[in-house]
Amino acid sequence: MTRNMTCIGCPMGCDLIVEVENGVAVSVTGNSCGIGKKYAETEVAAPTRMVTSTAPSDGGGPVPVRTRVAVPKDKIFDVVADIKATVVKRPVAIGDVVIEDAAGTGVPVIATKAVE
Amino acid sequence: MAAAIEAKKNGIDDIVILERDVQLGGILNQCIHNGFGLHTFKEELTGPEYAGRFMAEVKRLEIPVETGCMVLSISPEREITVVSRAQGLRVIKADAIVLAMGCRERPRGALNIPGTRPQGIYTAGTAQKMVNCEGYMPGREVVILGSGDIGLIMARRMTLEGAHVKVVAELMPYSGGLKRNIVQCLDDYGIPLKLSHTVVDIRGKRRLEGVTIAQVDARGVPVPGTEEDYACDTLLLSCGLIPENELSLTAGVSINRATNGPFVDDALETDVPGVFACGNVLHVHDLVDFVSEEAGRAGRSAAAYIRRQGQKANAPKVIRVQPGDGVRYTVPSTIDLNNMDGEVHLRFRVRDVYKGRSIRVLAGGEAIVTKKRKIMVPSEMEDVVLKRDALKDCDLTVEIGGGV
Amino acid sequence: MKIYDTIIVGAGVTGCCVARELSRYEQSVLVLDRESDVCEGTSKANSAIIHAGFDAVPGSLKAKLNVEGNAMMDALSEQLDIPFRRNGALVVCWREEELPVLRELMERGECNGVPGMKLLTGDEAREMEPGLQGDVYAAVYAPTSGVVCPFEMTIAFAENACVNGAQFSLSTEVQGIEKGADGLLYVQTGRGEFAARCVVNCAGVYADKVHDMACEHDFSITARKGEYMLLDRNAGQTVQRTIFQIPSAMGKGVLVTQTVHGNLLVGPTATDIEDKEDLATTRPKLEEVKRVATLSVKDIPFNQVITSFAGLRATGDTGDFIIRQDDKVRGFIDVAGIESPGLSSAPAIARYVARLVGEVLPLTEKADFNPIRKGIPKLNQMDMEQRRRLIEQRPDYGQIICRCETISEGEILDSIRRPLGATTLDGVKRRVRAGMGRCQAGFCSPRVIEILAREQSIAYGDVKKNG
Repeated sequence: MTRNMTCIGCPMGCDLIVEVENGVAVSVTGNSCGIGKKYAETEVAAPTRMVTSTAPSDGGGPVPVRTRVAVPKDKIFDVVADIKATVVKRPVAIGDVVIEDAAGTGVPVIATKAVE
Repeated sequence: MAAAIEAKKNGIDDIVILERDVQLGGILNQCIHNGFGLHTFKEELTGPEYAGRFMAEVKRLEIPVETGCMVLSISPEREITVVSRAQGLRVIKADAIVLAMGCRERPRGALNIPGTRPQGIYTAGTAQKMVNCEGYMPGREVVILGSGDIGLIMARRMTLEGAHVKVVAELMPYSGGLKRNIVQCLDDYGIPLKLSHTVVDIRGKRRLEGVTIAQVDARGVPVPGTEEDYACDTLLLSCGLIPENELSLTAGVSINRATNGPFVDDALETDVPGVFACGNVLHVHDLVDFVSEEAGRAGRSAAAYIRRQGQKANAPKVIRVQPGDGVRYTVPSTIDLNNMDGEVHLRFRVRDVYKGRSIRVLAGGEAIVTKKRKIMVPSEMEDVVLKRDALKDCDLTVEIGGGV
Repeated sequence: MKIYDTIIVGAGVTGCCVARELSRYEQSVLVLDRESDVCEGTSKANSAIIHAGFDAVPGSLKAKLNVEGNAMMDALSEQLDIPFRRNGALVVCWREEELPVLRELMERGECNGVPGMKLLTGDEAREMEPGLQGDVYAAVYAPTSGVVCPFEMTIAFAENACVNGAQFSLSTEVQGIEKGADGLLYVQTGRGEFAARCVVNCAGVYADKVHDMACEHDFSITARKGEYMLLDRNAGQTVQRTIFQIPSAMGKGVLVTQTVHGNLLVGPTATDIEDKEDLATTRPKLEEVKRVATLSVKDIPFNQVITSFAGLRATGDTGDFIIRQDDKVRGFIDVAGIESPGLSSAPAIARYVARLVGEVLPLTEKADFNPIRKGIPKLNQMDMEQRRRLIEQRPDYGQIICRCETISEGEILDSIRRPLGATTLDGVKRRVRAGMGRCQAGFCSPRVIEILAREQSIAYGDVKKNG
């Protein structure tokens, strides 16, 4: 089976042609770099996405956060729910871990902005 | 910040960054999504993280910064009138100025969408600021007009915050945003994108109650009978960005009507000596990496201008760069052959969607550069590098050629 | 129940001018309006012109009050700090056959007492106003025509009335009016009942409904919608004066004018509508505005439109303003059918109404009436030294919030803290123009919301755009 997809690895957005056999990408064409190949393989096997959101903080506005690496696509809403249930203690620095393990994905959520 | 850093690294110590916001980083602070910095830092960062890298560098280099101040005007003699709560009204005289004020969003009025004027209509960036910086959700049932990147990003953001994004309508037959944002912001969440559609009516007295969307023909005129009503409390507009050059005009800088940004040469200098421009105030970019790179060049050029006390190293020999078939504009619009670096980035946007065509740079009718492109779209900026050695003493034309 | 001498129904420009006029006298005045702010109806969406007064039929109230009102504006602008400029007006025609219409306007102007009018040839008109189309055949020139800020005009009268003792009850919709056996008029509202010796009906498009609450039906008000486009200040120099076309039965037609703030305003259309709440703009009418405006003025940069809006004129069925005490219900005074030139006439209407009120109640002048109202300082109109001094005294004026119009936090704070201060985004916008510029509040609205929330101690999400 052939699948057409657009790589989201970078803003170039290469159009990928992926040959899939038994749920595995056996060949990827149309990519400009290794990111495209890896994206296609993951997208076929088990798609993942980076999640960015804002978490409430103690006595202040929202603190922007993200998952350190991409999480399984079907866990996105669970991760967001976890983030919304967390109250970030200020001050916080860029890269500070806000949640150790978001929604059982094993992926930590980190702050993306320094907030006093 | 990128311009200041490069100016500092090129030997200029007396620098100040004037910023109207309370913090550095501009619009990046509200762009909490990832996708920034792949070119610059070889990793994928969010907007605040990307800005954070530059803030750290500004701090390390001890570049003075004044936040919360507004520049009211700039004279052609490079006197800057600036006002702030902390320091009142002052005039600062500069040897060189780098304009890096960014752009603003096209508002509803400029789009001439008929209907009422209720609460609940926001440009996508305003809504982004409310959601990401104030923690306030402007609404729950959302329609988005325009498929610019901010609109696409906000479709996902509003969805993740629990809103129901019903549709994204785009006037043009192609998207205004990056392809990857269609995939990861719309397709991932099953949000329909209706190309060649626009909002033809807005309803609701105090609060938005609904909009009507209709298909448009090739001239952008709504097709009768294709109207569909959407009940919604929020309409987000992502219909284009306009470089914000009101200050540039006070300095007497000439503006290119194709970009709404200043005309600049290869050093990114405007037609007012010592005034340089970069980033979205020069022309609207898609990628922050290109903005930072361009800003760095403006900073280096400003430093060189100051070191030479406004004098050129060599007698200028200026050629023009003109947009040809299929090309809306080019930045820069002139190149000084005798004073240019070894190479120059020629950036431009195409007029239409072109598949399997090429970019041609002609000098006196002869192609000096030909670059094949699988696809070119108006929403993605093109970038061609011209080597000094390839240029001749005649004007350049950039055009879209046939397949190669 | 407190008994007021006079209750004014409607806080548009007419109601606020009447309130200010009556506040000169020893009497208690209450102004009621269903909206949460003054200037929420016809007064907020119109051409913002102080007409010279040559249109109206000689002998009519429109003619008399327009010319009187126009003449009052210089002093009022000074006293109440209202942005006003006599930029002059031209009425153009394209064909020799249309010349009699211009001659008639000249004659009317003379009868009505309009000073300084001139009939110009096409070339003379173009010399005066180079933006006119090449085929303009002739024009009437009226130097006393002016442009005003209708928001600040209405707000200035309201504030000055307030300072002089008039009370305002906003968000108060009148539901019924009864004549009591005691001779008083009882006004039922969503916020309880009020009694007065005199009621002045300044209810705009609803003046017929309010009349009918107390009196026998004898006139109707039709809402006549006008759609407009407002262009960036960068387009303001397209014309200096107000350019009219020869009038029709539906009004003065589509005009092109520089506004008092230097924008370009184009419109209105004229459509009679059923729904008196219908402020929607429509594609065909906005197209009509463009097409018709282009007949008189060339090269209008329609790509610089920053907003479009619609307003409703309160058109009566008598052809003239209806300003009189009701024959049967003593103390009930109608100020109805105040369509164009209503804004221009408002100050003169107020004096006229005060005389009518004086027929009902004794009017004694107050010794301590203060005719002066100082507006909010306008940073963007000051020279460097004035700005510097102001910011030294009030550092909030150094914090610019609205970048397009250069409006500071100090001005926004003032707009909220003044008598009858702003409570909404639109209220701030109409008082100090924050959000009125080319980005149409994209950048400043989150900041203005923050300030409104802080000042009123309400949640960010509870700050409204309007009422």
